[in-house]
Amino acid sequence: MDKFIQHQGVAAPMLQSNIDTDAIIPSREMKRVSKDGLGEGLFAGWRYTLPGGRELTTDFILNKAEYANTTILLAGDNFGCGSSREHAVWALKEYGVKVVIASGFGTIFYNNCIRNGILPVQLSYETIVGLAEQVQAQPQENQLAVNLQETWIEAPSGERFTFDIEPERKTMLIEGLDVIDVTLKLTDKIKHFQQNYQLTYPWLN
Amino acid sequence: MANTLFEKIWQSHVIENLDDGAGLIYIDRVFLHERTGSIALKSLEADNRKVVSPEQVFCTMDHIVDTFPGRTDKTTMPSGEDFIIATREASHNAGINLFDVNDPLQGIVHVISPELGIVQPGATLVCPDSHTCSQGALGALAWGIGSSEAEHALATKTLRVTKPKNMKVEFYGKLSFGVTAKDMILHLIGEYSAAGGAGYMVEFCGEAVENLEIEARLTLCNMAVEFSAFSGIIAPDQKAIEYLAGRKYAPKGENWNKAVKYWQSLFTDTDAVFDKVIRIDCQKIYPTITWGNSPQHTCAINSVVPTPDDNCDENQLKTLNKAMQYMDVSVGTKLTELSIDGAFIGSCTNSRISDLRLAAQLLKGKKVASGVKAICVPGSTSVKKQAEEEGLDKIFIAAGFEWRESGCSMCFNAGGESFGFQHRVVTTTNRNFESRQGPQTRSHLASPVTVAASAIAGRIADPREYI
Ligand code: SF4
Repeated sequence: MDKFIQHQGVAAPMLQSNIDTDAIIPSREMKRVSKDGLGEGLFAGWRYTLPGGRELTTDFILNKAEYANTTILLAGDNFGCGSSREHAVWALKEYGVKVVIASGFGTIFYNNCIRNGILPVQLSYETIVGLAEQVQAQPQENQLAVNLQETWIEAPSGERFTFDIEPERKTMLIEGLDVIDVTLKLTDKIKHFQQNYQLTYPWLN
Repeated sequence: MANTLFEKIWQSHVIENLDDGAGLIYIDRVFLHERTGSIALKSLEADNRKVVSPEQVFCTMDHIVDTFPGRTDKTTMPSGEDFIIATREASHNAGINLFDVNDPLQGIVHVISPELGIVQPGATLVCPDSHTCSQGALGALAWGIGSSEAEHALATKTLRVTKPKNMKVEFYGKLSFGVTAKDMILHLIGEYSAAGGAGYMVEFCGEAVENLEIEARLTLCNMAVEFSAFSGIIAPDQKAIEYLAGRKYAPKGENWNKAVKYWQSLFTDTDAVFDKVIRIDCQKIYPTITWGNSPQHTCAINSVVPTPDDNCDENQLKTLNKAMQYMDVSVGTKLTELSIDGAFIGSCTNSRISDLRLAAQLLKGKKVASGVKAICVPGSTSVKKQAEEEGLDKIFIAAGFEWRESGCSMCFNAGGESFGFQHRVVTTTNRNFESRQGPQTRSHLASPVTVAASAIAGRIADPREYI
């Protein structure tokens, strides 16, 4: 997995709450048994004029010239709620999104981000609205900077906002670790646990 | 020390405490389906990794498979057949249990897992499907994960989990006439928001929950994810034990006695402390329906689309307005005045035999209003069979409902079959998101009786007038 250390880029505000994974990628866009080829389907219901079509709408934020090359999303509460489909994260990643800043996340979506090298940042809603206002004035110039090592976001004004992330998840992202490999290093421990477990709960084997 | 039910199950499954309250958790069962499981299995294969305990991994064909009578691998979903074939192949290669398209045990994952006794009290069960929380109704720690996490669980029999906080949601008092488990959960989400449970493991309890049968408890827990909870759980009681007795994968013989003894220790100790407690007066719950695009956009069936709260900010107002526009309603619209184009009874929320019995009772001798496309999709092949033995299929068909094979069907649209453009549908499913049931469809979530009543009326209807 790619390492995530720091990033600077164009940020697009999509501040409504409860943007669900069906909106991030409609089920009809998940066409193959694959993690690839999903970027085109990102926000398809809002991005294109017709279901399944590819003609761009004019009013959707990511279709606007000033938001070209967006790599950061600014969102409201409960972003990525709903269906567990990891396709939402794969689609964001393929589109080029590196960071999602929201006042709250769907739990499964949050974990899916970490597993795929996208940084989910939780900040207060007021802070995000503040960032959105600065960005909106001139999205291409007023970019956001993100530093995961030092856990801050820098606004165009130069003001920095620190955020929390669990140390383990931070390490996963910074080192681009494959988490299965990390866990497999604990195989002996798992086996040992399992032996005792199977004696205590024999009906579950 | 006094512990919550969740805490007890967590502790019995922690292999190691990782940083900051995350734990390496032992996973007893993994369930997969052809929509997301196929990718997990294939990607595992591609990385040369093995499923460590294939006998404890189960897979069903529910999401993509057609629900028309006489179905095959071919589906109306574009490229759907590829998912079905890939899942079958990968399941065989991995040596896991597969409930294939025409297997008599086939059905929606969250319906068949309890039905077959795969989910059990005190066990951990995960599935790359957000409604896995349903299965907490049997006192299990069951939750939805992503495909990558499913690979992790398959390859290591563990997951790294951030420990959620504890919330108690107590439903006190008795439910009124016409009010079901579906109304309880819609009411909760409407009152406390679709993000109300974020970060919490929610234990449902109280008199009304104890009074619910297991199938209704599954409905209640099903929408814990719409409340944004990590998952939901209900302490296993005598009803849960009786429900599981004799089921295909339930413990047998001496193991059954041991299991039951353990299950009886699974409850929250009296002085255990919850991080948050919500108490709901069941007398204040009415048959409930959603009017918008979030499960929190609810109102009582005989009321109107509410005026936004004074403390809504600009963005929240925008969201509400967008939902009203999408659903073609406005503040003050009376729900029961909205005519409908579709009625859907099915999904992992409300497709069990008890749901079909309730709906059939109401439909008996009546006719679906003209112009309404009404569909009933049993949650599993055994539910379908049971319903046919009881003659429920005849009641549905005589009323004008389509009677289908089991599956997720039009709970979600994957480009195949759908309700029409901008059609208004009253549905027993769990998501009213934009275009969830077809491009631009307008979905109103409600209980099976509300859907049945509305199908007859040709508009959204109060079930109490029809029961
Ligand atoms: S019935 Fe609907 S919500 Fe349930 S598992 Fe199937 S698609 Fe998901």
